[in-house]
Amino acid sequence: MSILVDKNTRVITQGITGATGLFHAQGAREYGTQMVGGVTPGKGGTSIDNFPVFDTVRDAVAKTGANASVIYVPPPFAADSIMEAVEAGLDLVICITEGIPVLDMVKVKQYMQGKKTRLIGPNCPGVITPGECKIGIMPGYIHKPGKVGVVSRSGTLTYEAVWQLTQYGLGQSTCVGIGGDPVNGTSHIDCLRMFEEDQDTEAVIMIGEIGGSSEEEAARFVKEQMTKPVAAYIAGRTAPPGKRMGHAGAIISGGKGTATEKVSVLRECGIAVADTPAEMAQALLTVYTPK
Amino acid sequence: MNIHEYQAKAILRKFGVPVPDGHVCYNGASAREWAKRLGAGPWVVKAQIHAGGRGKGGGVKLARTPDEVRDLTRGILGMTLRTHQTGPEGKVVARVLVENGCNIARELYVSLLVDRGSSKVTIMASTEGGMDIEEVAATTPEKIFVEAIDPLTGLTQFQCRNIAFSLGLTGKLVGKAAKLFESLYTTFVTCDCSLLEINPLVVTAEEDILALDAKFGFDDNAMFRHLQIGDMRDYDEEDPNEVEASQHDLSYIALNGNIGCLVNGAGLAMATMDIVKHYGGEPANFLDVGGGATIERVTEAFKIILSDPNVKGIFVNIFGGIMKCDVIATGVIEAARQVALKVPLVVRLEGTNVELGKKLLSESGLDIVAADGMADGAQKIVQAVKGAA
Repeated sequence: MSILVDKNTRVITQGITGATGLFHAQGAREYGTQMVGGVTPGKGGTSIDNFPVFDTVRDAVAKTGANASVIYVPPPFAADSIMEAVEAGLDLVICITEGIPVLDMVKVKQYMQGKKTRLIGPNCPGVITPGECKIGIMPGYIHKPGKVGVVSRSGTLTYEAVWQLTQYGLGQSTCVGIGGDPVNGTSHIDCLRMFEEDQDTEAVIMIGEIGGSSEEEAARFVKEQMTKPVAAYIAGRTAPPGKRMGHAGAIISGGKGTATEKVSVLRECGIAVADTPAEMAQALLTVYTPK
Repeated sequence: MNIHEYQAKAILRKFGVPVPDGHVCYNGASAREWAKRLGAGPWVVKAQIHAGGRGKGGGVKLARTPDEVRDLTRGILGMTLRTHQTGPEGKVVARVLVENGCNIARELYVSLLVDRGSSKVTIMASTEGGMDIEEVAATTPEKIFVEAIDPLTGLTQFQCRNIAFSLGLTGKLVGKAAKLFESLYTTFVTCDCSLLEINPLVVTAEEDILALDAKFGFDDNAMFRHLQIGDMRDYDEEDPNEVEASQHDLSYIALNGNIGCLVNGAGLAMATMDIVKHYGGEPANFLDVGGGATIERVTEAFKIILSDPNVKGIFVNIFGGIMKCDVIATGVIEAARQVALKVPLVVRLEGTNVELGKKLLSESGLDIVAADGMADGAQKIVQAVKGAA
């Protein structure tokens, strides 16, 4: 078991004829993911490296039976691609694209109201259920099937956590990169709720960073509604205020969203917060004994 | 990206937001002439730098005659203005805004921003104009009024009225304020702002309402569709290294420490600074080389880090995913040779092809300290820098 994706997930790639889209579609297929085709408007009816290409998401879904999509479309067009995937009724849309204007995402969020699709990202590494399904740009081999869920706003920091877990012999149920943008599809809380309900997840590592208050809200959720142990790490304790630290959402503004504030709320809520990014797996083991 | 006040007011004017008449000036003589053309006085001479608190720092002065406008302009141009936002080094003033003064009856506050919680553009207003809004929020939150805006309808008339009445406006001022709020929202969405703040928004003795100061923040991700706004960028107001970095698609932010950091990924880059600090060092910068780092980009990154004279050592921390460690190692070796590296270099590599990467580093003949893991690397660079000092 797992959350969001498993061996039955059928995935199309939006932007499959671009270099990035094709490269990662091939990587996911090698990992064993059911990559069933792709979409590039104007190239429908062709194929690329044995992936059938369609003009529209609607066509691709009708012909391939896909229930998920991954988006590698350039930023000016990516918001439109998300809405196209939502309209086609997919269960899951994962947007890898970095650099989408925030007001485009404000419209997308409004558009998605009342629709069944779940959006992960944008500006994220993707989602992986080790041994079953990899959708995104993460290196597959560092993962190991198991019982720890990972949710993170950062890509490479997720790899760091996963690698630490794997070295301790702790496998992962599912790892979700929710992305570093201020307006995104899925929050820390959404993932925690799914991990809490997933029978095969026993514990969770949550990785956050400066900016916004989604970690604090997640911490209160952990305290009030979760039975499973949670460890965390918050990046950006040394980040100066008012500067955007790479991710569009990683900014301390108006004295809000500092790492110190987040760490203290997390600890108050019973979460084991790692002092350094090198100790995420160790922090988890202080609150979790693998069965 | 930020812009100057006079540029902000030009944008607002274009969208029908009332602002005082004024003009940007670069010398005393032209300031005097512009003052005469603008009106009968009095005038305000305002230093144009990208920082708040200019008035307290002596960068905003009232003039009664055109000659006084000229003299004040000469005094302000070239001065080093220090405010709570410029840091102790201050900023040199290269231009002033000369504008008509007004009879202020009340000072209010209004701003727009994207609220992360609701994923909506939000308008926020307060009766406490001229004050630091964060302080108002902390001490008297009941004086702040907020409306979340549906992207489908935009800011509605009733929301504009809600805000106007909450601010205690009456009579014709309600309609004038509502129109101003609507224009602000149009400006915000048309220009892809991340922040639009009017502080103060003033009510004059003549019962007019106008934006006396204006601060814009723009969404960097949307600048591809606003070339004219991009042209307003004043590189002199920015850290030259940050400007150089942005031209190589590197995300770099200068800090005050002495340990340069070169990392892939924004989250890991922040975490690397944190762990350096944790082990008693001080990071000199945030630097994310990105996922598709090439030899050229790594070399540029090294050059930018080393152009900071405070840097006494460099910590390279890479988790190679799609990016292979041997490629990174080649880039590091090449860069270290090109820049003739003289400070200690600690490299931590993990991920794809890590063994090959480490082998390349050890066989390079360069004085590179290899680290096992992030904690080991951080400790080693902190030691090396302390040893050298």
